[in-house]
Amino acid sequence: MANMNYESHSYWSGSASKRWFMTRLHLDWPLTVGLVLLSIVGLFILYSASGQDMASIERQGIRLGLAFAVMIAVAQINPYQIQRWAPWIFGLGVILLIAVLIFGVIGKGAQRWLDFGFFRFQPSELMKIAVPMMVAWYVADRPLPPKSKRAFGALLLILVPTFLISRQPDLGTSLLIASAGLWVLFLSGIRKRVIGGAILLALAFAPALWMTMHDYQRSRVLMFLNPQNDPLGAGYHIIQSKIAIGSGGIYGKGWLNGSQSQLEFLPERSTDFIFAVFSEEFGLLGIFLLLMLYLFIIVRGLYIATQAQTSFNRLLAGSLILTFFVYIFVNIGMVTGLLPVVGVPLPLVSYGGTSMVTLMAAFGVLMSIHTHRRLLVR
Amino acid sequence: MQRRDIKDHIRESRNFSHRSAAALVLVVILVSVILGRLVYLQVANYEHYTTQAQNNRVKIIPVAPTRGLIYDRNGVILAQNQTSFTLEIIPEKVDDLEVMLAELRSIISVSDADIERFYRDMKRQRRFDSVPLRYWLTDDEVAKFSVVRYRFSGVTIKARLVRHYTYGQLTTHVLGYVARINEKEQKQVDESNYSATNYIGKTGVEKYYETQLHGQVGYEKIEANVQGRVLRILERTVPVAGDSLNLTLDIDLQIVASQALNKYRGAVVAIKPETGEILAFVSMPSYDPNQYTVGFGHAAYKALLESPDRPLFNRALRGRYPPGSTVKPFVGLAGLQFKEARQEVYCPGWFSLEGDDHRYRDWKQTGHDMTSLKKAIVESCDVYFYDLALRLGIDRISPFMKQFGFGLLTEVDISGELSGLMPSRQWKRAERYRIWFPGETLITGIGQGFMLSTPLQLASSTAALANNGIQMKPHIVASTSVAGRMAPIVKPPELLHKVTNLNESNMSYIISAMRSVVHSSTGSARKISHNLTYDIAGKTGTSQVFGIKQDEVYVKEEIAERLRDHALFIAFAPIEHPKIAIAVVVENGGSGGDVAAPIARQVMDAYLKKQ
Repeated sequence: MANMNYESHSYWSGSASKRWFMTRLHLDWPLTVGLVLLSIVGLFILYSASGQDMASIERQGIRLGLAFAVMIAVAQINPYQIQRWAPWIFGLGVILLIAVLIFGVIGKGAQRWLDFGFFRFQPSELMKIAVPMMVAWYVADRPLPPKSKRAFGALLLILVPTFLISRQPDLGTSLLIASAGLWVLFLSGIRKRVIGGAILLALAFAPALWMTMHDYQRSRVLMFLNPQNDPLGAGYHIIQSKIAIGSGGIYGKGWLNGSQSQLEFLPERSTDFIFAVFSEEFGLLGIFLLLMLYLFIIVRGLYIATQAQTSFNRLLAGSLILTFFVYIFVNIGMVTGLLPVVGVPLPLVSYGGTSMVTLMAAFGVLMSIHTHRRLLVR
Repeated sequence: MQRRDIKDHIRESRNFSHRSAAALVLVVILVSVILGRLVYLQVANYEHYTTQAQNNRVKIIPVAPTRGLIYDRNGVILAQNQTSFTLEIIPEKVDDLEVMLAELRSIISVSDADIERFYRDMKRQRRFDSVPLRYWLTDDEVAKFSVVRYRFSGVTIKARLVRHYTYGQLTTHVLGYVARINEKEQKQVDESNYSATNYIGKTGVEKYYETQLHGQVGYEKIEANVQGRVLRILERTVPVAGDSLNLTLDIDLQIVASQALNKYRGAVVAIKPETGEILAFVSMPSYDPNQYTVGFGHAAYKALLESPDRPLFNRALRGRYPPGSTVKPFVGLAGLQFKEARQEVYCPGWFSLEGDDHRYRDWKQTGHDMTSLKKAIVESCDVYFYDLALRLGIDRISPFMKQFGFGLLTEVDISGELSGLMPSRQWKRAERYRIWFPGETLITGIGQGFMLSTPLQLASSTAALANNGIQMKPHIVASTSVAGRMAPIVKPPELLHKVTNLNESNMSYIISAMRSVVHSSTGSARKISHNLTYDIAGKTGTSQVFGIKQDEVYVKEEIAERLRDHALFIAFAPIEHPKIAIAVVVENGGSGGDVAAPIARQVMDAYLKKQ
């Protein structure tokens, strides 16, 4: 923990007189403060959720360090370059996704990884940024709002990777990727009529989607509709999660005092269900503060997007920050029983590395867009 | 077309701002939905979920009380609870049971019978209950398994208290045994008191005194994690151990009686006449009751069940045999009491009723010549008793015999007693829908026909004879020791029946006749009289299993062993102050004097030598 504090200090110095330092590093300081704060909160909850396992904390600390490093690295890249690379990165991503389906390594029953011998790579993570980049590149190429032909072209660019990822199968990630692309379309000013039409179309396609789902995905949806059907099987996660959250009350049971999490009744408590641990131990009051912290980051992100100077930058920044919100909403929705169980982590809090690095790379893009503004003007 | 392709940066920026604002509104709405949901869960349903979390966390574990011990009359322990290390498996926690069992067998010896029993028990229990696989692990085996236990999730070694009967099969038919509670018993017992108990008394003393032996369940309120691992004990109510029983049984005598009877099928019951204390209670063959607590293998149980010797059958308690000539002292006493006994009767070797050709045989084909009541008892003349029975009539015999307990339950404190049968006119009408025939009175007079006795009842009736017609209720438990109390609670002897208006000289006439059964040169049990240091009053009996036709001769050797007569003997000693009354029944033993009497003598010798 001390280590983390030390590291975060090296990135961010509170005093306004040192803002030049942040600017030189191409970092946006309010966003950095928000993210660091969130990471610290995350480590505290993880300490409790992991059963006070210091080794987990160390591993997560290293991952966070790596993720922040990636963020800083990405922030150095000129957004103009990002725009230029967009189609190439996207194309590479699609090829890798196809490669995963053919050569991929199977882990936990899904085929998501490419094994390069010395490291494993999950192409779907790359697509979380590549898809909004590509869609933004594609629609921003012409005046906005896009005409229907462009809009449908963009839709195709979204659907291809979404479909490929859903076949791995990875419902959570394909959902996030689709939403990232759709946010671009939404922000591009696409007509409300088209949005309405798309929603209707999606509803019409729902049965088809159901048909292509894997058994475990179907059972999750069914179980979401009625968790009491199978209290010891598939519904167990949700029931225990609701008990944890509900028993937290307004003030919570206190850090390290949640019986549901400490006595291991709550499954997946370090990863996807960590929000339930937080809710049990810190209560409604704690949740309110956490949500305010998230909202602060989102508002700052949207502000950065509106301040951006090109349509591509605006669309990309807006889409990335709204996708960040989708993460939060889907995760909390799932843990509180509002949505079916899909494997989406709570950003910067859930234990686990890959998605965190992608997330911080996205924040790197945001910071790049914000800090390279003046250069562009000149 | 060209013009429209030119980007309007200001418009695009404004458009974007509008859409961002819309997105922000959506974000705020969705965050509110989340907050609303959380208020619903954490405020509106707080109580509900708190209760559920509490139920998850705190479990109440019942703690079984220790079963009471059983001692013999000299304080020798007969039934105790031994610590047994058992290898137990929680099926729910094992992925592949067969693979695991195979691996386990390479470390600890587990027989096929164990496996079979394990699967059987598993079906009876819930998935998350621990099922024993092996009992009585040696220290070596415990150590061996402890080293590799990390490889076997769901497999644990538990120290359990297992009921153990010190003398094994010697006491089976008295003590009974404990075994797993079955569904039917589960419904009968107090569910909360038995919540931690797996075993229950099934027969004998274990069943009769189940309530006292069981004790009172205790509780532990524990905090457990999801695997059920106990993290801490929040509260504890200590169980109350069951009462210990001090029996009237003398284990040394029990051993002597068992050994004497060893090669036969039959029963020996010895009672102290004054009090009704049961000194020995043997039914042969027997079986090892310890197998029940461990669990029988299918084959072993089948063998027990199907054995032609019927070892599971408690002959002393439930065996109903025609008492045969052992009833003669009682019928003779009735004759004296009702002044119907003739001085002498001529015995030609048969007897027939007026106007009937049917010959009722005497066991002695040549007859006993002129026979007095005393001679009739000493030599066991049947014809005298045919005559006497006819004079008395069934309406006087039946109630009189009942005063000695014939046909009635002895109300012994051992579970499962059956009563014999003392026929009467009313009984026959009610049960057989027939009238009573005089011939039936005749054969009742020699303990045949409908009449049936259990060895226990016969011993108890003999004790009554020894005790001046006062029948004390036979009992096996002398006192109970309650946990936390110094002095045991003594069970006072209880009166069962008393013969009314008993004439003392009639009594001594019968007893002197019974003495001569053993001590005179013509007595049917004279073989046991050598080297006797005390006086025995006895009566032999031979009861028919197999009907002999009118003109046939009973030749023992020619009749299949299973169809031979049962050999009986009743006795008490010493005559002046009887300390022991005994009944011996040897199934298909042939002659009471040759087979049953020597067994009785051995038991009496052993008991009186100790005094």
